Amino acid sequence: MSDHAHALETSTGLDSRKLAIWTFIGSECMFFATLISNYLVNKGRSLVGPFAHEPWTDPATGKVLEPIIEIPLVTVGTALLLFSSLFVVLALYGAQKGNRKMLLGWLAATLLCGMFFVGMQVYEFTHFVHKGLTLQRNMFGASFFILTGFHGTHVTIGVIWLATMFYLALRRKLPPERSLNLEMAALYWHFVDVVWIVIFPVVYLIR
Amino acid sequence: MATTALDQRHAPAAAHGEKTGLWSWITTVDHKRIGILYGSTAFFFFLLGGLEALLIRVQLARADNNFIDPDTYNQLFTMHGTTMIFLGIMPLSSMFFNFMIPLLIGARDVAFPRLNAFSYWVFLLGGLFLNASFLFGAAPDTGWYGYANLTSRQFSPGPNVDFWNMGLQILGVASLAAAVNFFVTIVNMRAPGMTMMRMPMFVWMSFITQVLLLLAFPVIAVALILLMFDRFFGTHYFVPAGGGDPLLWQHFFWIFGHPEVYILILPAFGIISEVLPVFSRKPLFGYAAMVFSGVFIAFLGFGVWSHHMFTTGMGPIADTFFSLSTMLIAIPTGVKIFNWMGTMWYGSLQFRTPMYFAVGFIAMFIIGGLSGVMHAPPPADLQQNDTYFIVAHFHYVMFGGSIFGLVAGGYYWWPKMFGRMLDERLGKLHFWLMLIGFNLTFFPMHFVGLNGMPRRTYTYPKELGFEMLNQIETVGSFILGLSFLVFLINIIKTSRLPRNAPADPWNGATLEWTIPSPPQEWNFDKAPSVQGRDPLWELKRLNGGPLPEPPLTSGAGIHLPNPSYWPLISAIGVTSLFVAIMMLPKWGPAGIVVAVALLFFGIYNWLFEKGYSEFRTPSHGGH
Amino acid sequence: MTAHAPAQEHAPDHPTPGTYAKIGLVLFVLTALEVGLYEFTFGDHAGPLGHQIEPFFIPLLLALSAVKFALVAMYYMHLKNDSKLFSGVFVFPLIIAAVVIAAMIALMAYHWAFARSG
Repeated sequence: MSDHAHALETSTGLDSRKLAIWTFIGSECMFFATLISNYLVNKGRSLVGPFAHEPWTDPATGKVLEPIIEIPLVTVGTALLLFSSLFVVLALYGAQKGNRKMLLGWLAATLLCGMFFVGMQVYEFTHFVHKGLTLQRNMFGASFFILTGFHGTHVTIGVIWLATMFYLALRRKLPPERSLNLEMAALYWHFVDVVWIVIFPVVYLIR
Repeated sequence: MATTALDQRHAPAAAHGEKTGLWSWITTVDHKRIGILYGSTAFFFFLLGGLEALLIRVQLARADNNFIDPDTYNQLFTMHGTTMIFLGIMPLSSMFFNFMIPLLIGARDVAFPRLNAFSYWVFLLGGLFLNASFLFGAAPDTGWYGYANLTSRQFSPGPNVDFWNMGLQILGVASLAAAVNFFVTIVNMRAPGMTMMRMPMFVWMSFITQVLLLLAFPVIAVALILLMFDRFFGTHYFVPAGGGDPLLWQHFFWIFGHPEVYILILPAFGIISEVLPVFSRKPLFGYAAMVFSGVFIAFLGFGVWSHHMFTTGMGPIADTFFSLSTMLIAIPTGVKIFNWMGTMWYGSLQFRTPMYFAVGFIAMFIIGGLSGVMHAPPPADLQQNDTYFIVAHFHYVMFGGSIFGLVAGGYYWWPKMFGRMLDERLGKLHFWLMLIGFNLTFFPMHFVGLNGMPRRTYTYPKELGFEMLNQIETVGSFILGLSFLVFLINIIKTSRLPRNAPADPWNGATLEWTIPSPPQEWNFDKAPSVQGRDPLWELKRLNGGPLPEPPLTSGAGIHLPNPSYWPLISAIGVTSLFVAIMMLPKWGPAGIVVAVALLFFGIYNWLFEKGYSEFRTPSHGGH
Repeated sequence: MTAHAPAQEHAPDHPTPGTYAKIGLVLFVLTALEVGLYEFTFGDHAGPLGHQIEPFFIPLLLALSAVKFALVAMYYMHLKNDSKLFSGVFVFPLIIAAVVIAAMIALMAYHWAFARSG
């Protein structure tokens, strides 16, 4: 990692890399705002089912399609993601204090939660497709999959980033002086969590 | 070993100075070189866009003309617009962001030099990708704003729209990376004593531009993704038959598109605010008002977008709201115009070439602004929209504004960038040809537009009576082209001169004129200490007269980042990812896998580049 | 703001792991409340009281989410103890984002309600 832009010489006294990740996060807010807008404006615009929270009877066949959303599974995923934010903060605390065991342990826990979340999303997607909801099926499918899909992609990138940090920590390349690298990854991870904090009620709970 | 305030804390590695040669340009992370790369590439694309314009003008010179067929015509005006905006004005602005911002704030380089190089390479590859579409006879042809559902697979079955889509996404990556870079640079790397309210106005306007970039580009990125999904995966975001709506595209596009036009003009505003004070021998009038009007324009710029949609029947409440906000945004712009005039008022005006273009800018931009305000009431816009009246407006602000401003910056900063003064006589000839050619081309468009000549239509019947004015416009466009030929001749002639321009040829006010022309690789020997605005004028005042020519120094003990080719590799990775996405039907996911692997390969090597934290000491004085 | 302040070390009132864990617990409880509110209002066993809550459901839910958002931002992302510049860089885009979302909902809802067909 480049040490070029370290904190000593900056106008604000803040590290340029930390400022950069926050700037990037600010930009990403607009990315998800557009996807969330797309979801919200298309609410109730589906011409055919399956719908999110109501059943739908196919007028052609008389077949009833059950509402798609299953609260228990996604609640587990939400909890996992929230706890992963806690775990990564604890890992960062360990990194800053030079406590390698703490760093490795909590980082591993973060990664497990993150991977479980992605797994849950993959399961949820395939399950929904089985129940008849695809990108092409209706506006709910289109706007749901693109919003949660891009969020899931961001989570996956976060997992890869944190896994890299874990590897560095294993190789003893994450001493307290380098903890900013983990802090940047953690900030990204928290952002991804915070986006889910918005998506969870908006998509899954609001009817 | 002499240490300076700008030294980093690492031991220098073996010295290898900034060489010449292709490899040194490919691996450069020097903001000045990257600026020159941006400028020359952008100027090439600008000429390409100009050629497209001339072809359009030839076609329109006669009624019922068939010099260009309708399909080719659609490609020409689409590429002309897309090229001029994304491959012309924006990267020309980037040339100045790159070369000048570190110099204006007294820094050695930008915050992230390799990210800077990455932005350039992505821009180059994106521009090449977009224009490669011509090789397939499938250049984008749905207008630079690509309205749905003309862009749907149903109505645009060929790859034209996909070239446009992927091309813009690639360019968006370049812009976002650069925006993060310059935002951090401006916030964090100013010389000691240079508070935000002491920064040169070009830096302020550029700063606001970066904020707009950061907030606006993600919106179009999503819109383009939705379009891609409609075309590739059969979704219906913009397809009414499936529950979608083409209007959604317009909203998302213009939420990006309107801030985009401020992105296009603010840097030029900044340049004018640099040039006018120097050539009026007077400080910028109303510095604080200029800052706050710029901030206000940016903020309000997110609240006017639907004035591009007055003809879509949004209803009286939406129409009224956006009409009011549009009229409101004219106020801060007006503040700037008056402050520029206030700068010149009772100044000791020096009419050198940069000043000609700066004054020309003010006049042309006022005309453009006036026609813009004329579109602000929806009932008037119903008549004007999609006619040449609109074409006249935006060319007056984009060309009369941005291009005049950028050219002014070119003449002003040429000695600093290249160590040579551009010829004054050729410069003035360039100006007059450009002014006359420009007005001949675009002023009549106000009239043919109001008389009903529609945009984006390859020909018109003789009975409508547009022919005579169109002929004048075509003649004007060739005079405009000639003016750039004069500029090219000036550049070539100048390049043959010895590189002996003085450090401060114009009696400048800002820090870039305190160092040699062109600057040595590390810019400043010591971080300048700033006590107010116009620091160089202050220094000269304290000195009782002009400062001596700054000597070339050895640069001993100064540490600079190493060159690197990983930004280029990563840029190739990004580009290949979007190419692979476009080729999904043909190559399947395998292409994407390979591209992502290449991207990760580039990024990981970049991040863990060995020896990067070892800095080198420039040899041969860095020239 | 004058330039060249020294590097900022940890803020004096840096939260402890214990504080972080407590915040985690609060977040969990808030999530349970969100789901509980949903079940209470719309769930299979929702009673007549749930029906009365319905008009307040969305504001209540969004309020709970907002608290979760703020807790993660202020404590986990450390904004409470960090330079206000970071908060500014985060909050300003959030405001623009909120405005855009609200405007889009209003504009499209009006459009679909009143657009003439054909």
